[in-house]
Amino acid sequence: MARFTCPGCDYTYDEEAGEPREGFPAGTPFADIPDDWPCPDCAVRDKVDFEPADG
Amino acid sequence: MTAITTTIDGETVTWRDHKRYIWPLSLVIPLLPFLAYVGVERTGWNVLWWNGPLWILIGIPLLDTLIGTDKANAPDWAFDDLANDRYYRVLTYLYLPLQYAGFFWGAWMVTNADLSTFSKLGLTFTVGAVGGIGIANAHELGHKKPKLERWLAKVVLAQTGYGHFEIEHNRGHHARVATPEDPASARFGETFWAFLPRSVLGAATSGWDLEKRRLARVGKGPWQLDNDVLNAWAMSVVLFGVTIAVFGVQIIPFLLVQAVFGFSLLEVVNYLEHYGLLRQKDENGRYERTQPRHSWNSDHIATNVVLYGLERHSDHHANPTRRYQTLRTFDDAPQLPSGYGTMIGLAYLPPLWRKVMDPRVLALHDGDITKINVDPRKRDKIYARYGVSVGG
Repeated sequence: MARFTCPGCDYTYDEEAGEPREGFPAGTPFADIPDDWPCPDCAVRDKVDFEPADG
Repeated sequence: MTAITTTIDGETVTWRDHKRYIWPLSLVIPLLPFLAYVGVERTGWNVLWWNGPLWILIGIPLLDTLIGTDKANAPDWAFDDLANDRYYRVLTYLYLPLQYAGFFWGAWMVTNADLSTFSKLGLTFTVGAVGGIGIANAHELGHKKPKLERWLAKVVLAQTGYGHFEIEHNRGHHARVATPEDPASARFGETFWAFLPRSVLGAATSGWDLEKRRLARVGKGPWQLDNDVLNAWAMSVVLFGVTIAVFGVQIIPFLLVQAVFGFSLLEVVNYLEHYGLLRQKDENGRYERTQPRHSWNSDHIATNVVLYGLERHSDHHANPTRRYQTLRTFDDAPQLPSGYGTMIGLAYLPPLWRKVMDPRVLALHDGDITKINVDPRKRDKIYARYGVSVGG
Protein backbone atom coordinates (compact mmCIF):
# COMPACT_ATOMS: atom_id res chain seq x y z
CA MET A 1 0.00 0.00 0.00
CA ALA A 2 1.47 3.31 -1.08
CA ARG A 3 1.02 6.91 0.02
CA PHE A 4 0.90 10.03 -2.12
CA THR A 5 1.37 13.62 -0.98
CA CYS A 6 -0.03 16.89 -2.31
CA PRO A 7 2.96 19.06 -3.24
CA GLY A 8 1.03 22.17 -2.19
CA CYS A 9 -0.07 21.48 1.38
CA ASP A 10 1.35 18.09 2.48
CA TYR A 11 -2.04 16.37 2.53
CA THR A 12 -1.32 12.66 2.15
CA TYR A 13 -3.51 10.06 0.48
CA ASP A 14 -2.91 6.70 2.10
CA GLU A 15 -4.23 3.77 0.02
CA GLU A 16 -4.68 1.70 3.17
CA ALA A 17 -6.94 4.27 4.84
CA GLY A 18 -8.49 5.64 1.67
CA GLU A 19 -10.53 8.85 1.97
CA PRO A 20 -14.06 7.63 2.75
CA ARG A 21 -15.50 11.16 3.00
CA GLU A 22 -14.51 11.75 -0.62
CA GLY A 23 -15.95 8.41 -1.73
CA PHE A 24 -12.72 6.40 -1.74
CA PRO A 25 -13.08 3.58 0.82
CA ALA A 26 -10.09 2.07 2.65
CA GLY A 27 -7.95 0.12 0.22
CA THR A 28 -8.80 2.20 -2.88
CA PRO A 29 -5.67 2.20 -5.08
CA PHE A 30 -4.41 5.66 -6.00
CA ALA A 31 -4.68 4.61 -9.66
CA ASP A 32 -8.49 4.32 -9.30
CA ILE A 33 -8.87 7.97 -8.28
CA PRO A 34 -9.92 10.31 -11.12
CA ASP A 35 -7.14 12.53 -12.49
CA ASP A 36 -9.11 15.72 -11.89
CA TRP A 37 -9.74 15.00 -8.19
CA PRO A 38 -8.43 18.06 -6.34
CA CYS A 39 -6.56 17.89 -3.05
CA PRO A 40 -9.32 17.86 -0.37
CA ASP A 41 -7.39 20.27 1.86
CA CYS A 42 -6.11 22.98 -0.51
CA ALA A 43 -7.69 22.30 -3.95
CA VAL A 44 -4.66 24.05 -5.47
CA ARG A 45 -3.21 20.84 -6.92
CA ASP A 46 -4.95 17.83 -8.52
CA LYS A 47 -4.38 14.09 -8.19
CA VAL A 48 -1.99 14.07 -11.18
CA ASP A 49 0.31 16.50 -9.32
CA PHE A 50 0.62 14.26 -6.24
CA GLU A 51 4.03 12.78 -5.43
CA PRO A 52 4.82 9.36 -3.91
CA ALA A 53 5.46 9.74 -0.16
CA ASP A 54 8.24 7.91 1.66
CA GLY A 55 7.48 5.35 4.29
CA MET B 1 6.30 33.25 23.57
CA THR B 2 6.75 36.63 22.00
CA ALA B 3 10.21 36.30 20.51
CA ILE B 4 11.30 33.51 18.18
CA THR B 5 14.96 32.59 18.27
CA THR B 6 17.24 30.35 16.26
CA THR B 7 20.96 29.81 15.77
CA ILE B 8 22.51 30.82 12.45
CA ASP B 9 26.28 30.28 12.00
CA GLY B 10 26.74 29.89 15.76
CA GLU B 11 24.96 33.15 16.56
CA THR B 12 21.59 33.43 18.25
CA VAL B 13 19.12 35.37 16.15
CA THR B 14 15.85 36.75 17.50
CA TRP B 15 12.74 37.79 15.58
CA ARG B 16 9.64 39.43 16.94
CA ASP B 17 6.30 39.75 15.16
CA HIS B 18 5.69 43.50 15.30
CA LYS B 19 2.02 42.93 14.36
CA ARG B 20 1.46 40.55 17.28
CA TYR B 21 -0.37 43.10 19.41
CA ILE B 22 -2.09 44.78 16.47
CA TRP B 23 -4.11 41.69 15.51
CA PRO B 24 -6.46 41.91 18.57
CA LEU B 25 -7.82 45.10 16.97
CA SER B 26 -9.69 42.81 14.56
CA LEU B 27 -12.02 42.19 17.51
CA VAL B 28 -13.17 45.82 17.50
CA ILE B 29 -15.36 44.94 14.49
CA PRO B 30 -17.78 42.58 16.31
CA LEU B 31 -18.05 45.22 19.06
CA LEU B 32 -19.33 47.86 16.60
CA PRO B 33 -23.05 47.47 17.46
CA PHE B 34 -22.22 48.14 21.13
CA LEU B 35 -19.84 50.97 20.24
CA ALA B 36 -22.65 52.47 18.17
CA TYR B 37 -24.84 52.49 21.28
CA VAL B 38 -22.13 54.15 23.38
CA GLY B 39 -21.51 56.70 20.62
CA VAL B 40 -25.17 57.61 20.28
CA GLU B 41 -25.58 57.84 24.07
CA ARG B 42 -22.59 60.17 24.37
CA THR B 43 -23.28 62.45 21.41
CA GLY B 44 -26.96 62.10 20.60
CA TRP B 45 -26.03 61.65 16.93
CA ASN B 46 -28.28 58.90 15.56
CA VAL B 47 -26.07 58.58 12.47
CA LEU B 48 -23.62 56.65 14.67
CA TRP B 49 -25.95 53.65 14.56
CA TRP B 50 -24.52 53.34 11.02
CA ASN B 51 -20.96 53.01 12.31
CA GLY B 52 -20.45 49.63 10.57
CA PRO B 53 -20.89 50.99 7.01
CA LEU B 54 -19.22 54.26 8.07
CA TRP B 55 -16.08 52.44 9.21
CA ILE B 56 -15.94 50.37 6.02
CA LEU B 57 -16.48 53.25 3.59
CA ILE B 58 -14.79 56.14 5.43
CA GLY B 59 -12.94 55.16 8.63
CA ILE B 60 -10.85 52.27 7.36
CA PRO B 61 -9.94 53.95 4.02
CA LEU B 62 -8.76 56.97 6.04
CA LEU B 63 -6.69 54.76 8.36
CA ASP B 64 -5.23 52.91 5.36
CA THR B 65 -4.17 56.26 3.88
CA LEU B 66 -2.74 57.56 7.16
CA ILE B 67 -1.02 54.41 8.43
CA GLY B 68 0.06 53.03 5.06
CA THR B 69 1.53 49.63 4.28
CA ASP B 70 3.57 46.91 5.92
CA LYS B 71 5.93 45.03 3.61
CA ALA B 72 7.56 42.82 6.26
CA ASN B 73 7.60 39.03 5.97
CA ALA B 74 8.53 36.63 8.76
CA PRO B 75 11.88 34.90 8.11
CA ASP B 76 11.58 31.28 6.92
CA TRP B 77 13.13 29.89 10.11
CA ALA B 78 10.47 31.56 12.26
CA PHE B 79 7.59 30.25 10.15
CA ASP B 80 6.71 27.07 12.07
CA ASP B 81 6.83 28.71 15.51
CA LEU B 82 4.73 31.60 14.28
CA ALA B 83 2.18 29.29 12.63
CA ASN B 84 1.86 27.08 15.72
CA ASP B 85 1.53 29.91 18.28
CA ARG B 86 -1.96 29.39 19.70
CA TYR B 87 -2.31 33.08 20.56
CA TYR B 88 -3.19 33.93 16.95
CA ARG B 89 -5.65 31.08 16.70
CA VAL B 90 -7.49 32.08 19.89
CA LEU B 91 -7.98 35.61 18.51
CA THR B 92 -9.91 34.16 15.55
CA TYR B 93 -12.11 32.06 17.88
CA LEU B 94 -13.14 35.14 19.91
CA TYR B 95 -14.93 36.77 16.98
CA LEU B 96 -17.82 34.31 17.10
CA PRO B 97 -19.19 34.94 20.65
CA LEU B 98 -18.86 38.72 20.19
CA GLN B 99 -20.54 38.51 16.76
CA TYR B 100 -23.58 36.67 18.12
CA ALA B 101 -23.79 38.86 21.23
CA GLY B 102 -24.13 41.83 18.87
CA PHE B 103 -26.58 39.99 16.62
CA PHE B 104 -29.04 39.10 19.40
CA TRP B 105 -28.60 42.44 21.16
CA GLY B 106 -29.26 44.19 17.82
CA ALA B 107 -32.41 42.11 17.33
CA TRP B 108 -33.54 43.03 20.84
CA MET B 109 -32.87 46.75 20.29
CA VAL B 110 -34.69 46.80 16.94
CA THR B 111 -37.82 45.25 18.47
CA ASN B 112 -37.79 46.77 21.99
CA ALA B 113 -35.91 50.08 22.07
CA ASP B 114 -37.48 53.38 21.17
CA LEU B 115 -35.53 54.02 17.97
CA SER B 116 -36.40 55.88 14.76
CA THR B 117 -36.53 53.93 11.49
CA PHE B 118 -33.27 55.64 10.48
CA SER B 119 -31.57 54.41 13.65
CA LYS B 120 -32.99 50.88 13.37
CA LEU B 121 -31.84 50.61 9.78
CA GLY B 122 -28.38 51.88 10.77
CA LEU B 123 -28.07 49.29 13.54
CA THR B 124 -29.29 46.59 11.12
CA PHE B 125 -26.57 47.54 8.61
CA THR B 126 -23.97 47.62 11.39
CA VAL B 127 -24.97 44.12 12.53
CA GLY B 128 -24.78 43.10 8.83
CA ALA B 129 -21.27 44.57 8.60
CA VAL B 130 -20.21 42.39 11.54
CA GLY B 131 -21.71 39.32 9.81
CA GLY B 132 -20.06 40.27 6.51
CA ILE B 133 -16.60 40.87 7.94
CA GLY B 134 -17.26 37.69 9.91
CA ILE B 135 -17.07 35.90 6.55
CA ALA B 136 -13.36 36.86 6.49
CA ASN B 137 -13.08 35.30 9.94
CA ALA B 138 -14.94 32.18 8.73
CA HIS B 139 -12.66 32.17 5.69
CA GLU B 140 -9.58 31.98 7.92
CA LEU B 141 -11.13 29.20 10.03
CA GLY B 142 -12.66 27.28 7.10
CA HIS B 143 -9.34 26.77 5.32
CA LYS B 144 -7.73 25.04 8.27
CA LYS B 145 -7.35 21.30 8.60
CA PRO B 146 -8.70 20.82 12.18
CA LYS B 147 -12.41 19.90 12.18
CA LEU B 148 -13.18 22.27 15.06
CA GLU B 149 -12.11 25.29 13.03
CA ARG B 150 -14.16 24.24 10.01
CA TRP B 151 -17.20 23.78 12.23
CA LEU B 152 -16.72 27.21 13.83
CA ALA B 153 -16.52 28.67 10.30
CA LYS B 154 -19.99 27.33 9.53
CA VAL B 155 -21.43 28.80 12.73
CA VAL B 156 -19.98 32.23 11.87
CA LEU B 157 -21.49 31.98 8.36
CA ALA B 158 -24.98 31.09 9.68
CA GLN B 159 -25.76 34.77 10.38
CA THR B 160 -25.51 35.68 6.68
CA GLY B 161 -27.00 32.42 5.31
CA TYR B 162 -23.70 31.84 3.54
CA GLY B 163 -22.78 28.43 4.96
CA HIS B 164 -22.22 27.05 1.45
CA PHE B 165 -19.21 29.38 1.22
CA GLU B 166 -17.06 26.99 3.26
CA ILE B 167 -17.43 24.31 0.57
CA GLU B 168 -17.69 26.49 -2.54
CA HIS B 169 -14.78 28.72 -1.64
CA ASN B 170 -12.37 25.92 -0.65
CA ARG B 171 -13.23 23.40 -3.34
CA GLY B 172 -14.73 25.56 -6.11
CA HIS B 173 -13.21 29.04 -6.06
CA HIS B 174 -9.69 27.86 -5.20
CA ALA B 175 -9.71 25.27 -7.99
CA ARG B 176 -11.15 27.60 -10.66
CA VAL B 177 -9.83 31.00 -9.55
CA ALA B 178 -9.00 33.51 -12.31
CA THR B 179 -10.89 31.57 -14.98
CA PRO B 180 -14.20 32.43 -16.70
CA GLU B 181 -15.66 29.27 -15.08
CA ASP B 182 -15.34 30.73 -11.57
CA PRO B 183 -18.43 32.63 -10.39
CA ALA B 184 -16.31 34.40 -7.73
CA SER B 185 -13.66 35.83 -10.13
CA ALA B 186 -14.72 39.17 -11.66
CA ARG B 187 -14.25 39.69 -15.37
CA PHE B 188 -12.71 42.70 -17.08
CA GLY B 189 -15.44 45.25 -17.81
CA GLU B 190 -17.95 43.56 -15.48
CA THR B 191 -19.45 46.06 -13.02
CA PHE B 192 -19.82 45.07 -9.37
CA TRP B 193 -23.60 45.30 -9.79
CA ALA B 194 -23.51 42.71 -12.59
CA PHE B 195 -21.01 40.56 -10.71
CA LEU B 196 -23.07 40.50 -7.48
CA PRO B 197 -26.04 38.38 -8.68
CA ARG B 198 -23.78 36.18 -10.83
CA SER B 199 -21.51 35.41 -7.89
CA VAL B 200 -24.32 34.97 -5.32
CA LEU B 201 -26.22 32.49 -7.51
CA GLY B 202 -23.03 30.87 -8.78
CA ALA B 203 -21.72 30.28 -5.24
CA ALA B 204 -24.94 28.59 -4.09
CA THR B 205 -25.27 26.33 -7.15
CA SER B 206 -21.56 25.51 -7.24
CA GLY B 207 -21.48 24.64 -3.52
CA TRP B 208 -24.51 22.40 -3.94
CA ASP B 209 -23.04 20.67 -7.03
CA LEU B 210 -19.70 20.04 -5.30
CA GLU B 211 -21.38 18.31 -2.36
CA LYS B 212 -23.78 16.43 -4.65
CA ARG B 213 -20.85 15.06 -6.66
CA ARG B 214 -18.89 14.13 -3.53
CA LEU B 215 -21.89 12.31 -2.04
CA ALA B 216 -22.53 10.54 -5.37
CA ARG B 217 -19.01 9.08 -5.14
CA VAL B 218 -19.89 7.82 -1.65
CA GLY B 219 -23.07 6.32 -3.13
CA LYS B 220 -25.52 8.75 -1.51
CA GLY B 221 -27.98 11.34 -2.76
CA PRO B 222 -27.69 15.04 -1.84
CA TRP B 223 -30.69 15.27 0.53
CA GLN B 224 -29.10 14.34 3.85
CA LEU B 225 -27.33 16.02 6.71
CA ASP B 226 -23.95 14.63 5.55
CA ASN B 227 -24.27 17.29 2.87
CA ASP B 228 -22.13 20.09 4.27
CA VAL B 229 -24.01 22.72 2.27
CA LEU B 230 -27.37 21.46 3.49
CA ASN B 231 -26.34 21.21 7.15
CA ALA B 232 -24.79 24.69 7.01
CA TRP B 233 -28.02 26.12 5.58
CA ALA B 234 -29.91 24.24 8.31
CA MET B 235 -27.91 26.20 10.91
CA SER B 236 -29.19 29.45 9.36
CA VAL B 237 -32.75 28.11 9.35
CA VAL B 238 -32.46 27.25 13.04
CA LEU B 239 -30.82 30.58 13.90
CA PHE B 240 -33.41 32.62 12.03
CA GLY B 241 -36.24 30.42 13.34
CA VAL B 242 -35.14 30.91 16.95
CA THR B 243 -34.75 34.66 16.41
CA ILE B 244 -38.29 34.90 14.95
CA ALA B 245 -39.68 32.75 17.78
CA VAL B 246 -38.11 35.03 20.39
CA PHE B 247 -38.62 38.47 18.81
CA GLY B 248 -41.70 37.86 16.62
CA VAL B 249 -42.25 38.22 12.89
CA GLN B 250 -41.39 41.93 13.02
CA ILE B 251 -37.72 40.84 13.21
CA ILE B 252 -37.83 39.42 9.67
CA PRO B 253 -36.78 42.67 7.88
CA PHE B 254 -33.79 42.93 10.28
CA LEU B 255 -32.77 39.34 9.46
CA LEU B 256 -33.04 39.83 5.71
CA VAL B 257 -31.35 43.23 5.47
CA GLN B 258 -28.39 42.32 7.70
CA ALA B 259 -27.84 39.01 5.84
CA VAL B 260 -27.98 40.58 2.35
CA PHE B 261 -25.74 43.49 3.33
CA GLY B 262 -23.36 41.05 5.06
CA PHE B 263 -22.88 38.71 2.12
CA SER B 264 -22.74 41.62 -0.32
CA LEU B 265 -19.63 42.76 1.58
CA LEU B 266 -18.02 39.38 0.97
CA GLU B 267 -18.98 39.62 -2.69
CA VAL B 268 -17.50 43.08 -3.16
CA VAL B 269 -14.23 41.74 -1.74
CA ASN B 270 -14.48 38.76 -4.11
CA TYR B 271 -14.98 41.28 -6.91
CA LEU B 272 -11.77 43.16 -6.30
CA GLU B 273 -9.54 40.19 -5.50
CA HIS B 274 -9.19 38.80 -9.03
CA TYR B 275 -10.70 41.48 -11.34
CA GLY B 276 -9.71 40.75 -14.94
CA LEU B 277 -6.93 38.28 -14.05
CA LEU B 278 -6.74 35.05 -16.07
CA ARG B 279 -4.81 31.80 -15.87
CA GLN B 280 -3.62 30.62 -19.29
CA LYS B 281 -4.24 27.11 -20.64
CA ASP B 282 -1.36 24.78 -21.52
CA GLU B 283 -1.17 22.68 -24.71
CA ASN B 284 -3.36 19.98 -23.10
CA GLY B 285 -6.10 22.47 -22.31
CA ARG B 286 -5.36 22.38 -18.57
CA TYR B 287 -5.20 25.71 -16.75
CA GLU B 288 -1.78 26.71 -15.49
CA ARG B 289 -1.23 26.47 -11.75
CA THR B 290 -2.39 29.52 -9.80
CA GLN B 291 0.49 32.00 -9.62
CA PRO B 292 1.02 35.21 -7.60
CA ARG B 293 0.02 37.22 -10.72
CA HIS B 294 -3.55 35.83 -10.49
CA SER B 295 -4.62 37.82 -7.39
CA TRP B 296 -4.74 41.50 -6.45
CA ASN B 297 -2.83 42.31 -3.26
CA SER B 298 -2.53 45.14 -0.82
CA ASP B 299 -0.33 45.62 2.24
CA HIS B 300 -2.39 48.37 3.84
CA ILE B 301 -2.31 47.67 7.54
CA ALA B 302 -5.80 48.77 8.63
CA THR B 303 -7.74 46.56 6.21
CA ASN B 304 -5.28 43.70 6.67
CA VAL B 305 -5.93 43.63 10.40
CA VAL B 306 -9.70 43.68 9.93
CA LEU B 307 -9.68 40.91 7.29
CA TYR B 308 -6.97 38.63 8.79
CA GLY B 309 -4.33 39.31 6.14
CA LEU B 310 -6.67 38.46 3.29
CA GLU B 311 -5.07 41.18 1.17
CA ARG B 312 -1.90 39.13 0.96
CA HIS B 313 -4.01 37.23 -1.45
CA SER B 314 -1.42 35.71 -3.77
CA ASP B 315 0.24 33.82 -0.94
CA HIS B 316 -3.19 32.73 0.28
CA HIS B 317 -4.04 31.22 -3.12
CA ALA B 318 -0.68 29.50 -3.37
CA ASN B 319 -0.98 28.14 0.19
CA PRO B 320 -4.63 28.21 1.27
CA THR B 321 -4.13 26.33 4.53
CA ARG B 322 -1.46 28.80 5.73
CA ARG B 323 -2.42 30.77 8.87
CA TYR B 324 -3.06 34.50 8.58
CA GLN B 325 -0.17 35.66 10.74
CA THR B 326 2.32 33.93 8.41
CA LEU B 327 1.04 35.17 5.02
CA ARG B 328 3.76 36.81 2.94
CA THR B 329 3.78 39.74 0.57
CA PHE B 330 5.24 39.28 -2.91
CA ASP B 331 6.94 42.14 -4.74
CA ASP B 332 5.98 40.80 -8.16
CA ALA B 333 2.26 40.28 -7.37
CA PRO B 334 -0.34 42.73 -8.74
CA GLN B 335 -0.90 45.53 -6.22
CA LEU B 336 -4.10 47.49 -5.72
CA PRO B 337 -3.63 51.25 -5.49
CA SER B 338 -5.15 51.29 -1.99
CA GLY B 339 -6.48 49.00 0.74
CA TYR B 340 -9.58 46.87 0.27
CA GLY B 341 -11.60 49.48 2.21
CA THR B 342 -11.03 52.22 -0.37
CA MET B 343 -11.44 49.77 -3.25
CA ILE B 344 -14.90 48.72 -1.95
CA GLY B 345 -16.08 52.32 -2.31
CA LEU B 346 -14.68 52.43 -5.86
CA ALA B 347 -16.32 49.11 -6.78
CA TYR B 348 -19.73 50.57 -5.86
CA LEU B 349 -19.14 53.27 -8.51
CA PRO B 350 -18.39 51.39 -11.75
CA PRO B 351 -17.16 54.33 -13.91
CA LEU B 352 -14.60 55.25 -11.22
CA TRP B 353 -13.61 51.62 -10.71
CA ARG B 354 -12.97 51.11 -14.41
CA LYS B 355 -11.04 54.35 -14.67
CA VAL B 356 -8.70 53.22 -11.88
CA MET B 357 -8.52 49.48 -12.54
CA ASP B 358 -8.87 48.87 -16.29
CA PRO B 359 -5.57 50.61 -17.18
CA ARG B 360 -3.86 48.62 -14.40
CA VAL B 361 -5.19 45.29 -15.72
CA LEU B 362 -4.11 46.20 -19.28
CA ALA B 363 -0.67 47.39 -18.13
CA LEU B 364 -0.06 44.09 -16.30
CA HIS B 365 -0.59 42.26 -19.59
CA ASP B 366 1.23 44.75 -21.87
CA GLY B 367 -2.13 45.75 -23.29
CA ASP B 368 -2.84 42.22 -24.60
CA ILE B 369 -6.61 41.80 -24.09
CA THR B 370 -6.39 38.09 -25.00
CA LYS B 371 -4.50 37.45 -21.73
CA ILE B 372 -7.32 38.97 -19.65
CA ASN B 373 -10.44 37.37 -18.12
CA VAL B 374 -13.39 38.69 -20.14
CA ASP B 375 -17.01 37.56 -20.33
CA PRO B 376 -16.93 34.65 -22.86
CA ARG B 377 -20.28 35.76 -24.33
CA LYS B 378 -19.00 39.27 -25.03
CA ARG B 379 -15.49 38.24 -25.96
CA ASP B 380 -15.56 39.10 -29.67
CA LYS B 381 -16.96 42.55 -29.00
CA ILE B 382 -14.44 43.34 -26.25
CA TYR B 383 -11.53 41.97 -28.28
CA ALA B 384 -12.59 44.13 -31.25
CA ARG B 385 -12.66 47.21 -29.02
CA TYR B 386 -9.02 46.57 -28.07
CA GLY B 387 -7.94 46.00 -31.67
CA VAL B 388 -7.85 42.20 -31.76
CA SER B 389 -9.48 40.94 -34.94
CA VAL B 390 -11.71 37.95 -34.36
CA GLY B 391 -11.25 35.72 -37.36
CA GLY B 392 -13.28 32.69 -38.40
